[in-house]
Amino acid sequence: MAKHHIEATVNGDDVEFLCETEETLLDVLRDTLHLTGSKEGCASGDCGACSVMLDGRLVCSCLVLGCEVSGRRVETIEGMAKGESLHPLQQQFLEHAALQCGICTPGFIVAGKALLERNPNPTETEIRYWLAGNLCRCTGYDKIVSAVKDAAVAMRKG
Amino acid sequence: MAENGTNGPSGTNGGYVGTRTIRPDGLDKVTGRARFGADYNLPGQLIGRVLRSPHPHARIVRIDTSKAEALPGVKAVITRDDFADQSSEFIPAGEMLMNYKDVVRNVMAREKALYEGHAVAAVAATSAAIARRALKLIDVTYEVLPHVIDVVEAMRPDAPLLHDDLFTAGVEPKPEKPSNIAKRIEIVLGDIEAGFKKADVIVEREFKTAAVHQGYIEPHAALASVSEDGSTELWCCTQGHFIVRAHCARLLGLDIAKIRVTASEIGGGFGGKTVVYLEPLAIALSRKAKRPVKMVMSREEVFKSSGPTSGATVKVKMGATKDGKFVAGFAELKYQAGAFQGSPVQPGVMCAYAPYDMENVKVIGYDVVSNRPKVAAYRAPGAPISEYAVESVVDEIAKKLGLDPIELRMMNAAREGTKAAYGPKFGPIGLEETLNSIKKTEHWNTPLRKWQGRGVASGFWFNIGGETCASLTINEDGTVSLMVGTPDIGGLRAALTNIAADELGIPYEKVRPIIGDTGSLGFTFLTGGSRSAFSGSMAIVEAAKQIKAELCARACKLWEAKPDQVEFSNGAVRPLGELAEKIKPMTIADFAKVAGKTGGPIGGYGRINAQGAGPSLGTHLVDLEVDPETGRVTILRYTVAQDAGKALHPAYVEGQFQGGAVQGIGWALNEEYIYGADGKLQNAGFLDYRMPVASDVPMIDAIVVEVANPKHPYGVRGVGETPIVPPLGAIANAMEAATGIRFTELPMSPPKVLKALKERSAGGMGAISRPPL
Ligand code: FES
Ligand code: FES
Repeated sequence: MAKHHIEATVNGDDVEFLCETEETLLDVLRDTLHLTGSKEGCASGDCGACSVMLDGRLVCSCLVLGCEVSGRRVETIEGMAKGESLHPLQQQFLEHAALQCGICTPGFIVAGKALLERNPNPTETEIRYWLAGNLCRCTGYDKIVSAVKDAAVAMRKG
Repeated sequence: MAENGTNGPSGTNGGYVGTRTIRPDGLDKVTGRARFGADYNLPGQLIGRVLRSPHPHARIVRIDTSKAEALPGVKAVITRDDFADQSSEFIPAGEMLMNYKDVVRNVMAREKALYEGHAVAAVAATSAAIARRALKLIDVTYEVLPHVIDVVEAMRPDAPLLHDDLFTAGVEPKPEKPSNIAKRIEIVLGDIEAGFKKADVIVEREFKTAAVHQGYIEPHAALASVSEDGSTELWCCTQGHFIVRAHCARLLGLDIAKIRVTASEIGGGFGGKTVVYLEPLAIALSRKAKRPVKMVMSREEVFKSSGPTSGATVKVKMGATKDGKFVAGFAELKYQAGAFQGSPVQPGVMCAYAPYDMENVKVIGYDVVSNRPKVAAYRAPGAPISEYAVESVVDEIAKKLGLDPIELRMMNAAREGTKAAYGPKFGPIGLEETLNSIKKTEHWNTPLRKWQGRGVASGFWFNIGGETCASLTINEDGTVSLMVGTPDIGGLRAALTNIAADELGIPYEKVRPIIGDTGSLGFTFLTGGSRSAFSGSMAIVEAAKQIKAELCARACKLWEAKPDQVEFSNGAVRPLGELAEKIKPMTIADFAKVAGKTGGPIGGYGRINAQGAGPSLGTHLVDLEVDPETGRVTILRYTVAQDAGKALHPAYVEGQFQGGAVQGIGWALNEEYIYGADGKLQNAGFLDYRMPVASDVPMIDAIVVEVANPKHPYGVRGVGETPIVPPLGAIANAMEAATGIRFTELPMSPPKVLKALKERSAGGMGAISRPPL
């Protein structure tokens, strides 16, 4: 079957690509657009390693079809740092040692950003439940939660 | 919260050791730039896929690949015929043993498929879709055989036999008939019969634990490129690329020098990435297709076809005097090995009573095969299972004697000079210090409510050293390139950069660490056994020593000085005595500038077989609450205290404590391999194999205890493995405190908890339960 021709914006850039019907957004990002920062841990929506923003909403890109993003806005981990400066979440993850192997990190940072956009001052419990869709097997979540808390503080200070 | 701090003996002027520097590889990991296993691609690459057995046990009568080969886009198909058989020979693999005769059968089934998910064939094609279609065209004729999953059933004389050439080792006389029991081992110290006679209280219990998976978030991935002359390049996520190289050379009949393996960034391993699965297949496919081949496992494949750790049945019998002295300990461990022998029952046996100073110990272990995936190492392999059983019984003894569980452990704690049942006399170790620190916490002293319980347990792991290389190169501008051959799974580069910067007396930012490929350094054993920071730092100290000696020699020449008139300190060679008045010190950067004129490039190369890894002991404290209506258990509070010897980088040491504790929480409460009567795994995905998520756990308080390891220049002990040992026992003990029920089966998942609570209200469970507090 012929591939679909899709136009969308990814991290503010206009992109066009061809994809098969069954290809997921994660496949397109990683294999076609070579944005490998989003990771595949399960391909079933259970680990959050593939988290991206679609029109400002947090989604698992392994559960979205490539064809579905036609005309829509995708933001990935690769678009989070602005020029020289890291996003406060990225900075806090570094300072708190909130990553060990780092495979889950892009997903946590994207999901954390979605949280802080709608709730700039989350409690520990709110952070934990919001991030419950992201698996980390290395850290025990302690330093991740602290990093998100401190990023919220930094962002509120502006 | 460091106690008993130690300082490195030399060159610690920079003072980075023991501080929370930002990891040098961190930026790439928070921006998505870091390349993990599945992130590598090559021009012209093919996609490889594996056909796996749907049966838990079947003879493979015939494999017809002709239709798959004829499919346009398919460039190679491989089966058992593409791998030469291997003779039986045991070699060390991490903390376990492996046999190439089994390895070749595990990467590709030969006579039989021995578990659901066992690889039977593989294809490489121009796209993933074509590869998938090709798998369906491979025609395998199976003769399905009866299977056995449970370890106790597998030990029965009439159990379906996996290997007709497997005769139990370690029993005299040698058995006449083959069985599923690969091995019987035993350690004995003193005389337990005499010990039990002295006991005022004896507790005997039988425990069961489920097989659990390491659960790394990154599935296995490999990209291989083989040229016409057999030169092979391989990129993969592994804990040890030198080990991968050795295995692939052996399995594919290649010279080691022809294979170059680059370790990608690794998305977790916990022992599960110390063995090969896809790597030899990718090389074999690439060799056949003459094109690069990329292979990545799905999550289902990771669960079904890569190694979990053993489930087990464990009997423990312990005796103590009425004032609490442990006088005898017996244990019998039956560990699942999976389809091939080699469970971690040996370390399980050795660790069972290691935290305690006891005169009479006997532990017997059985290594048992069944139709499950071959187990792989998982963090302190074998130890959490046997120590869980012992720590549960210790808790019962404390209750029976009315003693405080920390005091009881303190009274019996192994310390410097204690002879362990498994052989050696311990040097300085920190169990008592961890018990003391737990006792001093506010956590230990806060009151609890109904349905809440508090539990404590200790844990032991040996730690290892081993073959290790590290190089330090002074660049033209005085910056330093640091290279080691152990993949960085959790902050290794930061810890080692702290050491290198301190040793050379230069700023942390001036050292750039990389993980070298197999062509860049001498053989380096894998990241595992809590060895990479321990031995890597020793190799770096050695490399730095060479650099300092070289710079001093060059200074002597330049200054026409005698060796005793110069000294290296604080990043420079300094003239001593009267020379100091005439001559200015020369920094590393000064030497770098004139390297060409003073003898050429400057570098050091540490090549060591690191010895003297000190055991690390820890104690965990947990509060939990049981919901009597649903059986759900909530962890309310958690504190870890563990001896790190010396924390090179405290944040990553804490990270090991916290991560290990949470893996242990998963093991204790929810995780398990669930098989149907058909011998198939029913929960091969993250939805049904329930690992802890952020909302399942509280903050994990980490207390870093530092009892210096005298065999390491900075006092370091490995820290990565011990943290997964105490949680199972600590949580089981807290469950008893909360419910009055001694749970003897893991995981203590809601259905089991609910069932136990119901049985108690119906008057069952007898002596094992008491009413809730
Ligand atoms: S890969 Fe999408 S949720 Fe796991
Ligand atoms: S840091 Fe390894 S999975 Fe989160």
